[in-house]
Amino acid sequence: MEFFRIKKDIPFMRHALVLNAISLLTFFAAVFFLWYNGLHLSIEFTGGTVMEVTYPQTAPLDSIRTNVEKLGYADTQIQNFGSSRDVMIRLPLQRGADGKMISSADQSAAVMQVLEPATSGVKLQRVEFVGPQVGRELAIDGLLALLFVVIGIVVYLSFRFEWKFALAGIIANLHDIVIILGFFAFFQWEFSLSVLAAVLAVLGYSVNESVVIFDRIRENFRKYRKMNTQEIIDNAITSTISRTVITHGSTEMMVLAMLIFGGPTLFYFALALTIGILFGIYSSVFVAAALAMWLGVTREDLVKGERKPDDLTRNDDPNFGAQV
Amino acid sequence: MNRYPLWKYIVILIALLIGGLYSLPNFFGEAPAVQVSSAKPTIKVDLATQSRVEKILADDSISNTGIFFESTGNVGSIKIRFSNTDIQLRARDLIQQKLNIDQNEPNFTVALNLLSNTPGWLSALNALPMPLGLDLRGGVYFLLQVDMKGAVQKKVTSLATDIRSQLRDKSIRQQGIERGPDSITLTFGSTEEAEKARSVLMTSQPELIWQVKPTGLSPKLVGEFKPTALKEIQDSAVKQNIVTLNKRVNELAVKEPVIQQQGAERIVVQLPGVQDTARAKDIIGRTATLESRLADPIVSTIAVGETPPPGMDVFRFGENRQGVFKKSVIFSGDRITDASAGFDQNQRPAVNISLDAAGGRVMQEITRENIGKPMGMILFEKGKGEVLTIATIQGEFGSKFQITGQPTTESANDLALLLRAGSLAAPMEIIEERTIGPSLGAENIEKGFTSLIIGFAAISVFMIAYYLLFGTFSVVALAVNLLLLISVLSMLQATLTLPGIAAMALALGMAIDSNVLINERIREELRNGAAPQTAIAVGFDKAWATILDSNVTTLIAGLALLAFGSGPIKGFAVVHCLGILTSMFSAVFFSRGLVNLWYGRGKKVQKLAIGQVWRPQEK
Repeated sequence: MEFFRIKKDIPFMRHALVLNAISLLTFFAAVFFLWYNGLHLSIEFTGGTVMEVTYPQTAPLDSIRTNVEKLGYADTQIQNFGSSRDVMIRLPLQRGADGKMISSADQSAAVMQVLEPATSGVKLQRVEFVGPQVGRELAIDGLLALLFVVIGIVVYLSFRFEWKFALAGIIANLHDIVIILGFFAFFQWEFSLSVLAAVLAVLGYSVNESVVIFDRIRENFRKYRKMNTQEIIDNAITSTISRTVITHGSTEMMVLAMLIFGGPTLFYFALALTIGILFGIYSSVFVAAALAMWLGVTREDLVKGERKPDDLTRNDDPNFGAQV
Repeated sequence: MNRYPLWKYIVILIALLIGGLYSLPNFFGEAPAVQVSSAKPTIKVDLATQSRVEKILADDSISNTGIFFESTGNVGSIKIRFSNTDIQLRARDLIQQKLNIDQNEPNFTVALNLLSNTPGWLSALNALPMPLGLDLRGGVYFLLQVDMKGAVQKKVTSLATDIRSQLRDKSIRQQGIERGPDSITLTFGSTEEAEKARSVLMTSQPELIWQVKPTGLSPKLVGEFKPTALKEIQDSAVKQNIVTLNKRVNELAVKEPVIQQQGAERIVVQLPGVQDTARAKDIIGRTATLESRLADPIVSTIAVGETPPPGMDVFRFGENRQGVFKKSVIFSGDRITDASAGFDQNQRPAVNISLDAAGGRVMQEITRENIGKPMGMILFEKGKGEVLTIATIQGEFGSKFQITGQPTTESANDLALLLRAGSLAAPMEIIEERTIGPSLGAENIEKGFTSLIIGFAAISVFMIAYYLLFGTFSVVALAVNLLLLISVLSMLQATLTLPGIAAMALALGMAIDSNVLINERIREELRNGAAPQTAIAVGFDKAWATILDSNVTTLIAGLALLAFGSGPIKGFAVVHCLGILTSMFSAVFFSRGLVNLWYGRGKKVQKLAIGQVWRPQEK
């Protein structure tokens, strides 16, 4: 079996301008929805209480809603979670008469009390309460982690290649991240800590893809002295595209398994990974390499200071002087 | 060219062996067990208790499959494993009856528990199953914030009282003491007076930096905590609160409670299996009080069951004695500003106690009149008193004194902790709370592993169909990766959570990348006309640089999550990072070993079973 039977190099870069324009549009759309809708942050970030209750039969959402509203919560969310029998109740932080935070045990006890007489057999599955100070910290830590990843990757890529590639690689992949966030903002999917973990994991993962292509570009610059930059990039992408699709495809198989069978807890985590992986392919192929081209990457950038193959100091580079 | 030296195969074999051995305990499941732990602060579970339990079981010829003594910090517990739940229940009742002399006031908590079924020889190798997180087995999680301002405020208050009496003793007149959040300001009539006070306080209160501020007619002397002193106050506040929490949680008879410091001022409490948050919170939030009283000078202790002399209170002392005390209280626990273990002038273990000024004055009065008579410390919890110690008053003393008579430094330490832990050092607030039902936990495990297995199967089918024999090698390497990952996690005793399982699945999904890279490279070499053996060698070599690059970038993200993540994210990050490292071994080193073993045995290889290699010119 061989999926990819490509005879000639595909002229990806000929369409670079159009593709980059599309990227830019998607990017701005994502930014717009992030600004307009905002992220639907989980209580881990906002503080509040989440309760998960399960009914022996289909849960009466409306009666639950009216019952909970009777308790005086201004902004509650009551929705099915996983199945029609499971309900997730989200309560905002509530202060008591003395100005102290009402604890989740008291909150959940009060809610269970109003739910119990209405329908028999309701069971409390899970309660989660996050105070306001924890939420703020988590948000800051998340941003710090993102910053750390970005700086780490830029430093590594600059060291391994050079700054134009590093810049192109990180812009391409940050563009993925913004698009994932844009999806979460547009559909108002819940953005939780595990989604954040997925986003950062995807950032590290899809940079790989750019690295593979950059690696090939460097190799080609050495091998094909007559090609121009555009042809070199086309050739590099063409010869790595089968690998790109297959690796991402197999990773995606695992992620799909989580998406379908992992239950509601893993759902958004897997969803963020799925979007990240799909856009990772796209951005590595079309955005990263094209950006490097616009930034004016040249043969001299990559092969400067290159010595003769018999120079012993180059022996540490396994690709060096490879002859086919 | 495609041969490994012998040592590389030996390395692979050893890795597989260790990996197999340490991941094995995870597959044994759990057996019913009984856990014995102390129900009272004064009772310790130790090896002597273990032999008592052993004897109780042996007397009734109840067979067990293992007795284990565990001690974390200074809280010990004994776990006994049984072959089925019937024996477990019988043993629980029996131990409960025989170990506790007084059934109404049990000294030991005997609880049902589950214990890993791992055979003894594996446990002896320290091969233990991964502990499951709360999201997988149900339970309660609290994150408590210690109110540091409160702790410092408490210290400031007690210092202010001390300072007032000190200045009075030295006949230095002050015109007012003001308590700030972390400073004390004294006002004086003249600068000379302020300077005099400063020189006194510099030596008596070295935790503060004293400075005279000449403001007009009434100069002020300001004392501010040194940063080190402030840190010490906060550290000891957190530690003391942890000790107190430990004692209280013990009472819940929870299987394996976790009480840990997190960061500078937070405490994590995890109570697996507990569902009733309200009760758990009630117990955690309860305050205990400590009282010091004079004991009966004639008989300070009597056996349990004996009638106390009239007009006296009796409280339980140790396992089967009672202390006899007068009704009036000398001082209560909140007068104790510090209690620490140390040595007396004869190098015997002792507990040094400091009282605040008010406590010291009363103490001085009482001790002056009662030299040679016994006094004791009683800890009250839930209205029940428990005698911590009874000691003879050796002389007249004030706010600083010593209690000797502790047999070992360890017991002196314990007593110091208990004296301090009578109350919380600083108020605490619950800032995060999670309760997970046990059925939800079981469901989480099942769903997590189902998706892992299905994902693995899908990848296997694809790899074998697409790359044939090389695909099979890749799948074997992937399985080895999973094995190594589980064994490393078990060795580290990392807690397995749902994000951890997700990270495991993701690690496998990403690890297969390396194999795809290698296989694609080999195909490419073949396509360009390389001989099979050369293709293998060049393919692996060329892929290696790329694999390294891609793993480094993934690792950067993993490390960022590890550094900045907390709670569930940390669990994810640990597995993610370890998965990258094990995948480097299995996907490159191990799978090359398999390929070499198959193709490198010297015979001439005509064709590689790596699936179809399509060449453009063939058409």
